[in-house]
Amino acid sequence: MIRRAVAFLDQRAGAGSALGKALRYVFPDHWTFLFGEIALYSFLILVGTGIYLTLFFEPSSSSIVYHGSYAPLHGQEMSKAYASALDLSFEVRAGLLIRQVHHWAALVFLAAIVVHLMRIFFTGAYRKPRDLNYYVGLTMLILAVVEGYAGYSLLDDLLSGMGLAIGNAVALSIPAAGGQLATLIWGGRFPGAGAFFSRLYIAHVLVFPALIASLMALHLALIAIPRHTQFRGRGRSEANVVGTPLWPGYALRSLGLFFCVGAVLFALGGLVQINPIWQWGPYEPYLGTNGAQPDWYLGWLIGALRLMPHLDVAIGGYTLIPNPFWGGVLFPAVVFGFLYAWPATERRLEGDRAQHNLLDRPRDNPRRTAIGAALFAWVATIFFAGAADRAFVQLGVPYEGQLWGYRAASILFPIAAYLIVRRVCERLRKDDGHPGRGSGARVLARNREGGFEELPAGRAPGAAGADRG
Amino acid sequence: MIRRLLLPAAAAELVIAALLGLAGLAGLAFVALYAFDGGDTQLLGVALALALGLIGAALLVASRTAFKQRQVEEDRPEFAVPGEASRREDAIEDATETARAGLDGVTRRRLLGAAGAAAGLGLGAAALTPVASLGPRVGKLLGESPWHEGTALVEENGLPLRAGELEVGSFITAFAEGADKRDLAAAVIVVRVEESELELPPERRDWAPLGLLAFSKICTHAQCAISLFRYPSFPERSPGPALVCPCHYSTFDVLTGGNRVFGPAVRSLPQLPLRIDAGRLVAASELSGPVGASWGGVREA
Repeated sequence: MIRRAVAFLDQRAGAGSALGKALRYVFPDHWTFLFGEIALYSFLILVGTGIYLTLFFEPSSSSIVYHGSYAPLHGQEMSKAYASALDLSFEVRAGLLIRQVHHWAALVFLAAIVVHLMRIFFTGAYRKPRDLNYYVGLTMLILAVVEGYAGYSLLDDLLSGMGLAIGNAVALSIPAAGGQLATLIWGGRFPGAGAFFSRLYIAHVLVFPALIASLMALHLALIAIPRHTQFRGRGRSEANVVGTPLWPGYALRSLGLFFCVGAVLFALGGLVQINPIWQWGPYEPYLGTNGAQPDWYLGWLIGALRLMPHLDVAIGGYTLIPNPFWGGVLFPAVVFGFLYAWPATERRLEGDRAQHNLLDRPRDNPRRTAIGAALFAWVATIFFAGAADRAFVQLGVPYEGQLWGYRAASILFPIAAYLIVRRVCERLRKDDGHPGRGSGARVLARNREGGFEELPAGRAPGAAGADRG
Repeated sequence: MIRRLLLPAAAAELVIAALLGLAGLAGLAFVALYAFDGGDTQLLGVALALALGLIGAALLVASRTAFKQRQVEEDRPEFAVPGEASRREDAIEDATETARAGLDGVTRRRLLGAAGAAAGLGLGAAALTPVASLGPRVGKLLGESPWHEGTALVEENGLPLRAGELEVGSFITAFAEGADKRDLAAAVIVVRVEESELELPPERRDWAPLGLLAFSKICTHAQCAISLFRYPSFPERSPGPALVCPCHYSTFDVLTGGNRVFGPAVRSLPQLPLRIDAGRLVAASELSGPVGASWGGVREA
């Protein structure tokens, strides 16, 4: 049976030897390698649920009067887009489930990518020969953020409309070209021409998913060609890769992970309400609501927009660079610019042009880890600043005071993170202990002369780190 | 943990089969809930999550027990390292030679290269040009507004806004009569304060009859609709009446004519001069500045 299937493929595609190779492909075992897989599987679920949603959703801004089963909105004028999203939630059986799973999957997709990126950064997995693949991955992250924003903007509820208003303002703020650029994308002045929703829709359901899927295929190919990275360990070298072969061990495990990711997403989509659009109501440019928060992966940008002092660049009473540019364009450009530039920068700093297939532990390169921690602290601080108004409502901390606190923190925390993490890494590297593991006890052994001497750390029987070679 | 289950192979296979069987049942439960229960979101979600989770569990147990586990070692393909002789150097040499050989016999490479670049540029420009059809030329479009001398203010239902309807401290959204309500510049906020409190600059002295002031509803920072009116009605009354945008908390002072007092906005909120015409509120002239977020080239004031 199996032989017949393989023979079928081999006779038509000559795939026999490639298949054998693929089945024997070796995956090094480490739990941190799973984040990328979680991202991949979330994407598959996004595509599946997304296709289902397109069967019901009408991306049209033309206006109708609502007569569906959600009574509080009866008789309201709204766009067909919003009305069809309401019908999808209330009229279509399992529609709300699929919509909520889709939204949750988007949040998990981006979270998995970001954690995966941190794994890649802190273990030096982006070094040659994988720097090319790292750029592909960063590009996918940018595309995924835009894709997510386009997705929740499509529904034309009050929150998504406010998000689009801010997006339009950020586009307008681009020096010199901004006014024309925003006018082209929106087909006019905000809220834009009727065609804008067609554009947003095709971008969300075709252009960006196709780009992400293509880059994902490239990403996987660029992983497989030089094989996976691996941590140092017994029998592991730059020239080999040690781990579980695809069949049967890794395939079963990874497929198991896929189903578990699916289970979590469907449990979330079924049990945990997300984006209840009927509560926000339809969007009109003259309507707004307090306490609006975007999806988490845009939190860093709303934080930056809020933290930035009221500063325009103006000449002779005419604005050159409007304020939203700093938080909405420059800030993400600096963060991603740094990430794109880092592999080449590090190569130059360390004069290291070698190939690296063995991963560093974060402590192995204190400077890199400290710089990564500083960048993370910077973005995370600004991310939390985006929720300052919620902290004011929930905890009563004055908003203005928080703003100044966050401004100071966004400068001080990265510096502190750099110094502390660098110190910790250097210390760990010296002691070769493991944070949270082992007692740090010193081991004394009797020597030949009958005296006692301390064994170097990691050399004692049973000590943590002994198996790291 | 599963690694330590150490089930005998036969028992493991039974466990896996049982998990898969239960997954099938959960799937059928989804079908039944969909058909007979009217599609309750929670139950449907739980059923599908169970089906997926049980399959996942079966696969994970299988990967640790019934199927043979082994660690293997594989050699990596060798990649070129600059400055180091290796087998890959030959491959690079080979590909480079093949690429070069194809150019043999071509004498005016520069000319052809330049001509090719010119063709590419021309075609690229042609391919990009239709992008211009996406939207109108920006021109003066961003500064347009339906407000002119004599434009009446109407409420959301289209009825005229009368000066007597507004008490001190009240706050209402109004529109330019005859304008599309979705036009960014059409909506204004009308508030009423004590006339004696006003601190308007001299040229705006007569813009606020009876203490009635109108401002564009769209924040000059990121063009969210301003939806909060802070009007302290008992001491501590400072800072005074202000309009607050809910997106990034830009705050505009009402008494001085919409100056920014807090938040990331830079430009003042455009003010609409009002007059009262037979009890109705009417624009006395145009808005004091362009509506919406700033763009490169907008007047700062």
